[in-house]
Amino acid sequence: MTERNNHYAHKIVAIVPVFNEAACVEAVIREVDKSIPGVEVVVIDDGSTDNSAQVAQAAQASVIILPYNLGIGGAVQTGYLFASEMEYDFAVRLDGDGQHNPTQLSALLDPLILGQADVIVGSRYLQGRKFRVSWSRSIGVKVFAAMVSLITGQRFTDTTSGFQAANRAAVQFLAQHLPSDYPEIEGLVLLCRAGFRVKEVPVTMRPRVAGQSSITLFRSVYYVFKVSLALLIGLLQPPPKRIYHDGPR
Amino acid sequence: MARVELVAILGSLTLLVSILELVRRKQLGAGYALLWLLTALALLILSMWRDLLDVLAHLVGIFYPPTALFVVGFGFLLIILLQFSVVISRLSQENKKLAQRIGLLDWKLRQIHSDETAETQPNAEQDAI
Repeated sequence: MTERNNHYAHKIVAIVPVFNEAACVEAVIREVDKSIPGVEVVVIDDGSTDNSAQVAQAAQASVIILPYNLGIGGAVQTGYLFASEMEYDFAVRLDGDGQHNPTQLSALLDPLILGQADVIVGSRYLQGRKFRVSWSRSIGVKVFAAMVSLITGQRFTDTTSGFQAANRAAVQFLAQHLPSDYPEIEGLVLLCRAGFRVKEVPVTMRPRVAGQSSITLFRSVYYVFKVSLALLIGLLQPPPKRIYHDGPR
Repeated sequence: MARVELVAILGSLTLLVSILELVRRKQLGAGYALLWLLTALALLILSMWRDLLDVLAHLVGIFYPPTALFVVGFGFLLIILLQFSVVISRLSQENKKLAQRIGLLDWKLRQIHSDETAETQPNAEQDAI
């Protein structure tokens, strides 16, 4: 890259789904603001029972309050609907718990701005990046990566990463078709099948600040089973067609 | 008439009358009533018409004909359950879209409201002067 990309020239929205994330969401909003000048942060409050929405509002984010908990897929899709209807050029998506480091957002956005891809996924495991996980979890990671790579014919390393960026065409597609159950992994397959160019870039994620990961061996085996089934069922369905409403440039 | 036949006839008649009554009270929609009515009618016909049940049982290789009644009932129930799953899937999809739309509209409404208060604030000051 010879020249620095000017983020000011594009309308960029950052989608932050939150569910009872009052302790972390403010810091996330501030960091995103600092990392991408002129970004619009839209927080999707997925039926939180704490004051996440008020905290986000006080931090100058646009807050969409869902009437009840839709789960991560439904919440993120609301963000894509917002981005699509408000005609943003690019949308980035990051978790409200601070796991995704906003300083790495330009690594996700730059290839999109240069037109090298339609969707960029931040991968924890690409190019020898070390992210400590329990071995029960690492089996799941490898199984999913192998399955998605097999189905799409393209190598993927981190299929459950919610640290992503998408251009307008992909945003419009995801606003209509983002799967509800396992949005990251099923979404990757769907995007590839619909002909979008999806690329991974290496990122480092921070360990979760609060809360305990609930993954045990039994749960991860069961999870792998459920997701595999969902992927296979998804393959029975014809891939949705990509639509293009190219707005004014 | 064997006791088992009597019980079967009474049972399917009760089902049929219940369905008709539910439809009459508008507690069961026409879309769902159709499958239920077919189920009740099939069971009633097979319980009253012993010869038909015997032929049916013989055709599929069931030795004790009243068992065929269970098989037919079970088949209909499976179809009804499948219909339920289809309807539930559609409802949850629509429900999700509705919740997302409410969220977006609610945001727009708050946006309009805050724009209005921003506009009326200076006017209020002018009025005071």
